[in-house]
Amino acid sequence: MYDFLIIGAGISGAMIARDLSKFKCSVALVEKDNDVANESTSANSAIIHSGHDPKEGSLKAKLNVRGNELYEDLCKELKVDFERNGCFVVAVDEDELPQLNFLYNQALSRNIPCSIISAEEAHKREPNLSDSVIAALDLPSTGIVSPWEVAIAAVEDACNNGVELFLGNKVVSIEKKADHFVVATTKAEYLAKFVINCAGVYADDIYNLVSDKKLFTITPRRGEYYLLDKQTTPFVHRTIFPIPTDKGKGVLVARTIHHNVILGPNSEFVEDKESIDNTQPALDYIRKEVFKTLKNIPLNQVIRTYSGLRPSGSTHDFIIEESEEVPNFINVAAIESPGLASAPAISEYVLNEIISKKFEFILKESRIERRPWIIINRMNYDEKNALVQKDPAFAQMICRCEHVSEGEIVDIIHRNAGALTVKGVKRRVRPGAGRCQGGFCEPKVVAILARELKKSPLDILLDSDDSRLLVGKTKE
Amino acid sequence: MKTYDLVIIGGGSAGLASAMGAYDQGIRDILILERDRELGGILQQCIHNGFGLIEFKEELAGPAYAERFVDLIVNNEIQYKLNAMVTHMSNDKVIEYVTPSEGYVTIKAKAIILAMGCRERTRGAIAIPGFRPAGIWSAGTAQRYLNMEGYIVGKKVFILGSGDIGLIMARRMILEGAEVLGVAEIMPYSNGLPRNIKQCLIDFDIPLFLSHTITRIEGLDRVSQVEVSQVDENFRPIKGTEKYFDVDTVLFSVGLIPENALSEEAEVEIHPRTRGPIVNESYQTSVDGIFACGNVLHVHDLVDFVSLESRKAGTAAARYLKNELKPGKTFDCIAKDGIGYIVPHKINIENVDKSLECMFRVTKNVKNVALTIKKDGVVLRTVKKRHLAPAEMEKLILSKADLMDCKESISIEITEV
Repeated sequence: MYDFLIIGAGISGAMIARDLSKFKCSVALVEKDNDVANESTSANSAIIHSGHDPKEGSLKAKLNVRGNELYEDLCKELKVDFERNGCFVVAVDEDELPQLNFLYNQALSRNIPCSIISAEEAHKREPNLSDSVIAALDLPSTGIVSPWEVAIAAVEDACNNGVELFLGNKVVSIEKKADHFVVATTKAEYLAKFVINCAGVYADDIYNLVSDKKLFTITPRRGEYYLLDKQTTPFVHRTIFPIPTDKGKGVLVARTIHHNVILGPNSEFVEDKESIDNTQPALDYIRKEVFKTLKNIPLNQVIRTYSGLRPSGSTHDFIIEESEEVPNFINVAAIESPGLASAPAISEYVLNEIISKKFEFILKESRIERRPWIIINRMNYDEKNALVQKDPAFAQMICRCEHVSEGEIVDIIHRNAGALTVKGVKRRVRPGAGRCQGGFCEPKVVAILARELKKSPLDILLDSDDSRLLVGKTKE
Repeated sequence: MKTYDLVIIGGGSAGLASAMGAYDQGIRDILILERDRELGGILQQCIHNGFGLIEFKEELAGPAYAERFVDLIVNNEIQYKLNAMVTHMSNDKVIEYVTPSEGYVTIKAKAIILAMGCRERTRGAIAIPGFRPAGIWSAGTAQRYLNMEGYIVGKKVFILGSGDIGLIMARRMILEGAEVLGVAEIMPYSNGLPRNIKQCLIDFDIPLFLSHTITRIEGLDRVSQVEVSQVDENFRPIKGTEKYFDVDTVLFSVGLIPENALSEEAEVEIHPRTRGPIVNESYQTSVDGIFACGNVLHVHDLVDFVSLESRKAGTAAARYLKNELKPGKTFDCIAKDGIGYIVPHKINIENVDKSLECMFRVTKNVKNVALTIKKDGVVLRTVKKRHLAPAEMEKLILSKADLMDCKESISIEITEV
């Protein structure tokens, strides 16, 4: 019997699992996919918003502001990258100035560092801004992270400190007993006193396994993106937003933490919870929209397109509460933007405002610190060679675009919440994330995974169980 | 820091031939850095025939062609390192490379030849809509799985792009028992060599859909279907022309891009059209002492031409090391109407012996036209051509007399007859 069972290892589930791991309790983290951070957490804008945008009085506003405050220390503890590179919200039309002022005043009232700057000043700091920009709201506390790195590191840290992760376990039924739940998955049955529903776009379906009541519905809202190659001189230093509309924060242009550029997203409600495809109309729309705020966009350097689903809830706010009807069942649902930015605050809220009323938290005496990923490309000459002295695999280069060695890949396979798939390896140490998109390194990554996981290369997966890469051996 | 006279980055067809070019001019302190586990580069996975008709006057498979050059390297005791990837290069010719046997090593070169080859354009780069499941590869990656690693990537295949690797892979997949349902090409003409269209598609009854592209890829986990549409003259899909193919694999053969990340790090000037370095008549880049040849310079059709060009680049690097390259004024080679690019991009006539070979490509298929060559805007001569195609690299030989007294530029353009 677990004290807590968390359904879904996206950013929300990851954060809650990690925070629970600080206390004396038993935690199971159950995930349907073969990796953590495999859905919305891996396909979003990767921005730690300042909190200026959400509607006054909403949970989104409160948790976004708090989340932004928590991120810096969180990333230090997890030993992942975080950069407070700021953002501009830009007006390109006189009609947009009232809205810019409104956002400025809203940010001010939330104690968010902000200022309105002239077009001249904005262009000085971002030379590629469109000539039609007439003023900008500067929000320097906005940041960027790699969302999946934060989530993976959080789960790894949680597992180092006692949380049990169960991948490939899709929840199929939940039964409420007198003092516990029986959660059945495609692989096993788990008993737990509390269930925390962090199932993203499936959160309504999960809730309806334990209750017939339609408390809320989740509609996937797709966002599509272009990813551009790494830039030697930054195309933008900070994230550039247009003036928001009722559809959302609009098509942004951002530098990623890995020095790529992303363009997107659009916003489109879709029916299917697996519609993570790209569509021509959306891609065309993004190409058009980005030129409203920027110029000289190097569209010839596109290396990939992707899309993700925002779990949009019927209440238009985060739904974070214990079910009235099913005690000890906690919904953490409708975590759409600013979900990533709010994640540490969401977890704090769940523990402090909900669980602590029913469960006595006792801090563990000690904690195992997470060992950061080894990133050869960032080390100096002596550090690299010291590592090679210990293991020459750190000098066997696998990925030419991102300079990833075999040693780095082996390391991230044999960790808690380690990589089991080609996508899992890419997500952690980036072979395949560069301009050749795995053209040169994928066969080598498959061979390493097969060797380390003691499997045939024929059984190596790109991602899901049905995503085998190779179909057979060649004729002798 | 150890210093070498000549460091060659890449041990494929360009690197090996350039090493021999320099060696034949008396250069002995040469180091070839190869990132793969053997010399020969992409030739090692090209197990089909068709290589060497010009270079060796016989038809060889890729590995056999490579072996001829590898033997020369070994017999002449030219140094090379395997599993050695160059991680950094600066414009003062300091190179950092890494191998499992030595770790990270920094060396200095008096001259460098860039011979890193090219990479394939990907599905992502051309932003084909649809899902991103297993079963999508560039043709060369599938070729590596098949010919080097011994694995088949799919059973029912559709191929986008009629580049040579795609055509070769169509035949190869069929020989391994897979079904190839078709090849779509967005241009109104094929981008592959005519002989490959014949031997790889027509002979196997594989349909080629010209002016068509893939407009959607289906399948959440593994490719299940592709939607193929006809395109208009602006390459936009035409509604109502969709065809559907149930396949588990899509291969992309949609162009090759010179691999110049290192060149850019060393501030070598890159040509926007070729995406390779801008070079002069001696294959010297904008950085003194750094030379470039083969597919890193511009994408070739035939390895034989890579060998020819690279030997010349090696010879030129040797002349540089012996202080025989003369400084002096250069003039430009300009690609005008109908011409995509010309290599070399600049000429210093002081370093031209008797004549200079200019390689170029046209931008579209044309018939019964003339190539007009102008010197400083004045017609030097016109050459009638019955047929010119972007898929086939063209050669123009200019004599020293042709180039004499040129002040600004030599240009080539296509004119009506």
